[in-house]
Amino acid sequence: MEKNKTTGEVMETRVREILDRYPEGRTENLIPVLQDVQDVDGYLSEESVVEVSRHLNMPASKIYGVATFYNQFRFAPLGKYHIQVCCGTACHVLGAATVLDEIQKNIRVKSGETTKDGLFSLEVVACIGACGLAPVISINGNFHAKVTGGSIKEILDNYRNQG
Amino acid sequence: MSFLIEVNNKNIGARSGETILDVMKREGINVPTLCYIKDRFPSGSCRMCVVENTKTGRLVTACSTPVDEGMKIQTHSPRVIESRKTIVELLLSNHPDDCLYCVRNKNCELQDLSEELQVRERRIKGEKNKIHIDRSGASLVRDPDKCILCGRCVRICEEVMGVACIDFIDRGSKSFIGTAFDKSINTSSCVNCGQCIMVCPTGALSEKSHFTELISMLNNPEKTVVVQYAPSISVSLAEEFNMPPGIDINNVLNGALRKVGFKYVFDTTFAADLTIMEEAAELIDRVKNGGKLPMITSCCPGWVKFAEEFYPDMLPNLSTCKSPQQMLGAVIKSHWAEEKGAKPEDIYSVSIMPCTAKKFEAQREEMTSMGISDVDAVLTTRELGQLIRMYGIDINQIAPETNDSPLGFRSSAGKLFGATGGVMEAAIRTAYHMLTGEELVRFRIEPLRGMKGCKEASIDVNGLNLKVAVVNGLANARILLDIVKRGEKELHFIEVMACPGGCINGGGQHIGASEEAVMARMKALYDIDDKETVKVSHKNPEIIKLYESFLGKPLGRKSHKLLHTDYTKRDVLL
Repeated sequence: MEKNKTTGEVMETRVREILDRYPEGRTENLIPVLQDVQDVDGYLSEESVVEVSRHLNMPASKIYGVATFYNQFRFAPLGKYHIQVCCGTACHVLGAATVLDEIQKNIRVKSGETTKDGLFSLEVVACIGACGLAPVISINGNFHAKVTGGSIKEILDNYRNQG
Repeated sequence: MSFLIEVNNKNIGARSGETILDVMKREGINVPTLCYIKDRFPSGSCRMCVVENTKTGRLVTACSTPVDEGMKIQTHSPRVIESRKTIVELLLSNHPDDCLYCVRNKNCELQDLSEELQVRERRIKGEKNKIHIDRSGASLVRDPDKCILCGRCVRICEEVMGVACIDFIDRGSKSFIGTAFDKSINTSSCVNCGQCIMVCPTGALSEKSHFTELISMLNNPEKTVVVQYAPSISVSLAEEFNMPPGIDINNVLNGALRKVGFKYVFDTTFAADLTIMEEAAELIDRVKNGGKLPMITSCCPGWVKFAEEFYPDMLPNLSTCKSPQQMLGAVIKSHWAEEKGAKPEDIYSVSIMPCTAKKFEAQREEMTSMGISDVDAVLTTRELGQLIRMYGIDINQIAPETNDSPLGFRSSAGKLFGATGGVMEAAIRTAYHMLTGEELVRFRIEPLRGMKGCKEASIDVNGLNLKVAVVNGLANARILLDIVKRGEKELHFIEVMACPGGCINGGGQHIGASEEAVMARMKALYDIDDKETVKVSHKNPEIIKLYESFLGKPLGRKSHKLLHTDYTKRDVLL
């Protein structure tokens, strides 16, 4: 982290740098702007949405409305371990819903959220292109193949033990 | 260009540029709508207004389909009715179905449609909504479970009020209406105007009720329960009792309020006159002594919160005068209480307002004195209707009575406060007198009257060309204020009313009133002004007496303490 600056301030400068690349008041750039912000921060914070709203001259409620419409945007920072649950056709047919349900019960957050201790964050994705391994989940890019409701606890506990 | 189209096997005339719905309305054919808002761009999202184009065999939305020459339309074919019915059944599938307990029972568009289309069984069962009710606001209650996502509130808030506090959140079956980051309404940019309630077809949006407390106070022998009502109440209450719009029932209202159990019945219009005395004096002071101009009215609490959020740099332009409701509230619990030998804490002061934002205003910290609110409870026009019905009072059988005095007499200028432009007109009448010692030759200032969103006038006062503007609908205020900020227009005085048309169309008024009804209320106020003899606030004998016996002079020390306040920037997610 840059010296003598709070996390918020660092974030603000980063958002400013992104916004400088886009002309003011051009709302058609909203989605690319939000994508850039999320690329840098990992999520869309209230502060960054306010900055974007000022720059594009667009109410915060509208930005939140657009951002919640798309699955790709999140409003909480990523956890240390980011779980992506594939709900594509093959995974769906082979029981992705049960897997997702089990994970949500286990870490007690819903898709798009992050656990209070910051260890896990959860995201539902459409297809991660590993249909042969269905149902599949990816944790920080590591694929876990043919998971079942019963195998979730063991997988997650492994990560917990790594701390 | 005019041409013929065929509707229900009959040729009728249409013009290019019209929508099917426009033509149907003119022909007296009722096509049901939900997301449609008159005079606004159609969204066509609810599909309720589908009609059958028999030439193409397709169902099209009447609200958003322009007419075409030779078009053939069926508005109530079996297919059309079946489609509309299915839409209603789908809307009902996740609806709570607690009509008997709903604030909009018997006044609900979803109920009406369900009845109209003869929905008699639950054909489609869906998972019920389970979103928490938001009671955090001082004025509004949001119950998203009852929301059918027509989007009218979202559009009114953005397009008419220029606030855009709410939008659709999430998508598909999970969609709901909420604020940025789904925060509670009390921390959002909501200005409490209540225009969203006015367009809500169901009970998803309603005003925060002060009913229970009021009734317990009415039955508490230790409390003196007093009431005041706003200038527009007397010309709009009748509609709550199925009377035609625009009837002034001022004296009947007095009788009804006493029957309910209010011990003293005052008229906020008296305080409107008081506001004019202070505001006109303030305007003259600013013009003569180089104060901040243009001065902007501050009697509309929706506008005041809007300014605190969106135009904090213009707060010094706002008049320091409290609104009539708060002025009367302050006078009741000080001067009047002292005269009566009553303790302020034993007075329960109620006001009847056409407005939901007044509920918010009454609980502002600036509107208290030593921890006691100047006004304790605010009821909307609608709630007053409920109260009168609940107490079994037949409004048609009430003998007319007069207000209590003092604090009851009013001029007709104060009465004009109820319509857009009225505060300005009343202020000019009195400012002219204060500056010249004479009365205006013509009291009516025609360019400031009527429903137009932005009105301007200039008045010659002894060589001073007083330039004024009146805006209603906060989106219009935004346009004018931005022009003023850019220095493109020089004005002395601006009146801002949040609601389109002013208080006669406030967020607390009768739901479902047409534009014609609102204009009838406006005309009723103008008629009062035409008919009556005391047409200026400074000739109100009770106002003169209040200054002589208590306040001294406008902008004096006592006025300053009781009747003036200031506002500060408000940090909310915009």
